[in-house]
Amino acid sequence: MDKYIEMIRIRFLMMLAYRTNYYTGILIYSINIGAYYFLWNAIYGGKSEIEGLSAIQMTTYVAVAWMARAFYFNNIDREMATEIKEGKVAVELIRPYNYLGMKTMQGLGEGIFRLFFFSMPGMVIVALIFPIEFSADAATWGLFAISIVLSFLINTQLNLLTGITTFFLYNNTGLIRAKRVLIDLFSGLLLPISFFPGWAQEIMGFLPFQGISYIPSMIFTNGFTGSEAVEGLIIQAAWVLILVIPVQVLWVIAKKQLIIQGG
Amino acid sequence: MNAIEVNGLRKEFKAYSSRSGLSGAFRDLFTRNYKIVPAVNDINFTVKQGEMVGYIGENGAGKSTTIKMLTGILTPTSGSVIVNGMNPHRERERFVQTIGVVFGQRSQLWWDIAVQESFRLLKKVYKVSDADYNEHMDHVIKTLDLEPLLDKPVRKLSLGQRMRCELAAALIHNPPLLFLDEPTIGLDVLVKLKIREFLKEINEKYNTTILLTTHDLTDIEALCERVVMLDEGNIIYDGALKSLKERWGEGKEISFEFLEKAELNHLETLTGDLDIKWELDERKQIFTAVTGDDEEIVSQVIARTVAAYKVRDVKINEPSTEEIIRNIYDKGMLQHG
Repeated sequence: MDKYIEMIRIRFLMMLAYRTNYYTGILIYSINIGAYYFLWNAIYGGKSEIEGLSAIQMTTYVAVAWMARAFYFNNIDREMATEIKEGKVAVELIRPYNYLGMKTMQGLGEGIFRLFFFSMPGMVIVALIFPIEFSADAATWGLFAISIVLSFLINTQLNLLTGITTFFLYNNTGLIRAKRVLIDLFSGLLLPISFFPGWAQEIMGFLPFQGISYIPSMIFTNGFTGSEAVEGLIIQAAWVLILVIPVQVLWVIAKKQLIIQGG
Repeated sequence: MNAIEVNGLRKEFKAYSSRSGLSGAFRDLFTRNYKIVPAVNDINFTVKQGEMVGYIGENGAGKSTTIKMLTGILTPTSGSVIVNGMNPHRERERFVQTIGVVFGQRSQLWWDIAVQESFRLLKKVYKVSDADYNEHMDHVIKTLDLEPLLDKPVRKLSLGQRMRCELAAALIHNPPLLFLDEPTIGLDVLVKLKIREFLKEINEKYNTTILLTTHDLTDIEALCERVVMLDEGNIIYDGALKSLKERWGEGKEISFEFLEKAELNHLETLTGDLDIKWELDERKQIFTAVTGDDEEIVSQVIARTVAAYKVRDVKINEPSTEEIIRNIYDKGMLQHG
């Protein structure tokens, strides 16, 4: 376990090595939240609520969804793709650790770093500018914390899956980009899932994406309470377990037919 | 005990070829032409604990593919590999604990962070105790002169500095077996010498087995008593470097520079009864006699030539290992045709 914790520390150091990235990140997230705030204000246009969410809840939803994204989002799919394309994966395989486990830990290191040095200060700034309602209920915070850990796991597993496909496709830049757009849209980051038409909601109910952003954000804004929130967590946990299977299967196949590119 | 045992090892790759033209490109979308190419073709060899073996061959001969199978990165198509008593691919995580690898063309340090942070992470990864680490690595750091580099990020190091750090990183867990894939590529003479010295030292001190691939034959000459030579996936020589030289190092070259004008056909008639060949470098006026294996001939040639002409300079050259190997490949090609 020591080595995995050490990996989180190394990731912190790497994030600190690129400070500019870090500052521009905060800026980009603030601009995004601002843009969605004004967009939603225009859509509400004086109406007190749409689909059960008030305007303030909506703003909070958008802010929380983006801040949670800072935690669960990572680039390990792109990193894996580069490592595989450049043949660096050879170096990873001569180390006594589980490659996917180590990648997950790198993602976690990145996530924790962003949560503390990015989401939290960002949230303070956003709260000063826009009207946002924080729940005072400790239970909501607790459920939210569990929920974003689960969303991190789901998102990371999807990233691992996308990353592993590089072994078969050799160049999957398009797939990675498509996956990102798909997640932003279907996870409820851009638009709460309850706003989609009925049939679309039904389809999305069978997909893992809602577990990434929609469920934690709804829990935080008190859109889900009590049994609804618990049900949300169970759906997330179920997806975490289900996704283990394709990740492992694909990984075993990938290792068997691995070709190290570039000599 | 054998550190490496390889039996009938084979690795095949699919080599895709593109059809020509636009219609060909469309057809490639659906079905692609490929043929199966063996990169390593049923090879056998064993390496004993504590041996230093040079693994040589031209580009694309299958050296790196072999190393990748020996280190558990690639799965063999067929054949068996036992390294340190384990199957590298099947027991990868336990197995890699017992080997160290340096890929000259890839870094295994983390690019953006200080060298010592990489070392610290590797120490944790290989579960090395503080006591072992301090004792072993202090020595390594001192010998390779890494002290001033430890707090620098890897991206700021020169190639020579980085390579020394790579070597140290591969040795953090003091493995009994070390794979070096072109460790001295692009390094200057001083760094090369330092690395060779160091490898010799750890081999003596810990009886570390070293398998080395390189294009720089001076590395092999300085370090290895045994070479395994690969050509198109087949082993074409496996044995002592010395007997390689004896077997393939055909004869000597004797070069003369004369004070007066000499004639090539006169020299040829002078030594007509001996089994030699004269060559002339027209520009520099250097006459070279190429002799066979007979040791007698050398003195005969010199005696007759010196008696006939006044000599400014005489040089006797043995063919270098490089020439010998080029020689083998030229002939090897013919054999395998």
